[in-house]
Amino acid sequence: MARDLDAYLRQEVKSTPFCPGCGHGILMNIILRAIADLQLDMKNILFVSGIGCAAWIPSPHFNGDTLHTLHGRAIAFATGAKMANPKLKVIVISGDGDLTSIGGNHLIHAARRNTNLTVICANNMIYGMTGGQVASTSPLGAVTATTGEGNPYQPFDLCRLVLGAGAEYAARFSVTQPLVLMAAIKKALNMETFTFIEALSPCPTQFGRRNQADSSVQMLKALMQDCVTREQAAKMDKVVLKTKIITGEFSHE
Amino acid sequence: MNDTNEINSALSPGSYFFTGNEAAAEGAIAAGCRYYAGYPITPSSEIMERMSQRLRDVSGVFMQMEDEIASICSVVGASWSGAKSMTATSGPGFSLMQEAIGYGVFTETPLVIVDIQRAGPCTGQATKVGSGDLMQAKWGSHGDYQIIALSPWSVQEMYDQTIDAFNLSEQYRVPVFVMSDEAVGHLRERMDISPTLRVTNRYKKSGAAPFGTEEKDGVPPMPSFGEGENITVTGSTHNEFGVRKTDDPNVQEKLVGRLNHKILNNREEIVQSESYYMDDADVIVIAYGFTARSAFFAVDQLRKTGKKAGLLRLKTIWPFADKLITEIGRKGKKLFVPEMNSGQVYGEIRKYADCEVIPYHQTNGRIIHPKDIMQHIERIL
Ligand SMILES: Cc1ncc(C[n+]2csc(CCOP(=O)(O)OP(=O)(O)O)c2C)c(N)n1
Ligand code: SF4
Ligand SMILES: [Mg+2]
Repeated sequence: MARDLDAYLRQEVKSTPFCPGCGHGILMNIILRAIADLQLDMKNILFVSGIGCAAWIPSPHFNGDTLHTLHGRAIAFATGAKMANPKLKVIVISGDGDLTSIGGNHLIHAARRNTNLTVICANNMIYGMTGGQVASTSPLGAVTATTGEGNPYQPFDLCRLVLGAGAEYAARFSVTQPLVLMAAIKKALNMETFTFIEALSPCPTQFGRRNQADSSVQMLKALMQDCVTREQAAKMDKVVLKTKIITGEFSHE
Repeated sequence: MNDTNEINSALSPGSYFFTGNEAAAEGAIAAGCRYYAGYPITPSSEIMERMSQRLRDVSGVFMQMEDEIASICSVVGASWSGAKSMTATSGPGFSLMQEAIGYGVFTETPLVIVDIQRAGPCTGQATKVGSGDLMQAKWGSHGDYQIIALSPWSVQEMYDQTIDAFNLSEQYRVPVFVMSDEAVGHLRERMDISPTLRVTNRYKKSGAAPFGTEEKDGVPPMPSFGEGENITVTGSTHNEFGVRKTDDPNVQEKLVGRLNHKILNNREEIVQSESYYMDDADVIVIAYGFTARSAFFAVDQLRKTGKKAGLLRLKTIWPFADKLITEIGRKGKKLFVPEMNSGQVYGEIRKYADCEVIPYHQTNGRIIHPKDIMQHIERIL
């Protein structure tokens, strides 16, 4: 039986490399559904990714042009490809470590230049591929392969970071909120500016098992509980809010 | 195979009084460069400044990026979007580019890098000359690979070799380096622009594998993004269609083998040199870049007094002129190798020449004076 997204997938690639329960597979589905809903022509889309589990979301699975680059550099490669051929729709899909730590400089400069790219950051708050070391996005206190006593540092607020750098639109949703996340991706893809989507995507293998989530189901449930809307957040106690993730759309108000 | 065609020069034909850096930018525009990305660094910045103006004239794209890593990465992206693309830099920037140079090699991306070498290591003497980046050009990125590196000795050659660099990069699908130096980059002298020039076009073949070929030259055709070819480009080991194959030893060996062979097997065609007074010479100077100018002056002066000195000028550094050096070595002459580094090319010559090879190193940030070369040759003779 033909599945409805088959046309968007490279048929010779038979399976994804993700662990069972990994959020990146859900995100992959959501991104392709957004593209299908908008009826974008895959022949005109270039997907650019860096290095990491998340960077494998488009490459080699997506049936368009895919550019799987170096760790941290996806946005720089994408900038050249887009500037040299402005007719291309260029979508960057990569991990939190990739885009915001080693590649953080490219991220803020692309936002500043307002380069017409949609950047989708699959944020699992950890370096998944390399074995679960602490990331610039890991929550305060998170136990990781390099912070056995808990992460001593604050994570980035990525949406505020890119807005501060000049992005017009940023949104944060979790893969446990597929419809709103998809709507945000569609909105970003329809804009002709630099747009940023932070997609929270659980990594049960490297993050969950070290931080009291014994199964991927448990991790998804915890993520659903932790995510609050901006309206809910406005009414919440500051101390409680620190343990929550504020989801929603962000722009310059 | 690529086709080539004759096009009109971008500037009107005639004589110009350019610096080497200006000439490199003009060579790029003439060769069809339509994307430049760079980051300021002495002594190469004039290339970037001129490109920012000249690309406007030809509706190309100029980007001043946030660093050299971003510059070279965006050049790779632009090349895959179909634009002939380049960057220019000097020592510290060249160091930052190394990982992405490996990406360019492994994904067989045509691109040009002009390195205006300065006195290193590190920040060194930023405004002074050196030629210490030659081994870095060859081996700076990790793994086992081949690139092409040229070495211009004049303003004319900054123009000509930048054109050659674009043509070679399209022909062999490989990053090509113009390994110039501060002295040639900042030299101002007369150069000529001919009415036409020959450019190499990208080899395209719809539906063909972009990363594998049975053709003898070992260079597959290259599609561009947006052509509906569903290209997968990756810096991981890949099969001929670009799909990752990171476990299969045969795929790894075949790919790395082809990437090396496509340069080494064609090296007779790639390697260029010039010789002066070599036939009856007792001592042959082997030099390149600015040092070859001093060597030429020295040899010419010595000949006027009846002393039998000759000069071999290497126009291509990588791939190395191994066969030529072996042949010269067989003639049992003495070879003298002056360099503005501690013997980077001397070591290569030693590998291939079965005769006495005498090095001369100078790493003080100054050019090697003809007088010094003359004195040394007289002592050796
Ligand atoms: C220059 C460089 N440094 C380090 C690495 C090793 N490395 C590969 S993937 C990765 C982390 C990826 O993390 P992230 O982007 O968050 O993706 P995830 O695997 O979590 O989805 C690192 C550090 C590399 N490939 N290149
Ligand atoms: S390590 Fe984590 S991010 Fe990587 S595939 Fe497994 S679950 Fe997903
Ligand atoms: Mg991650």
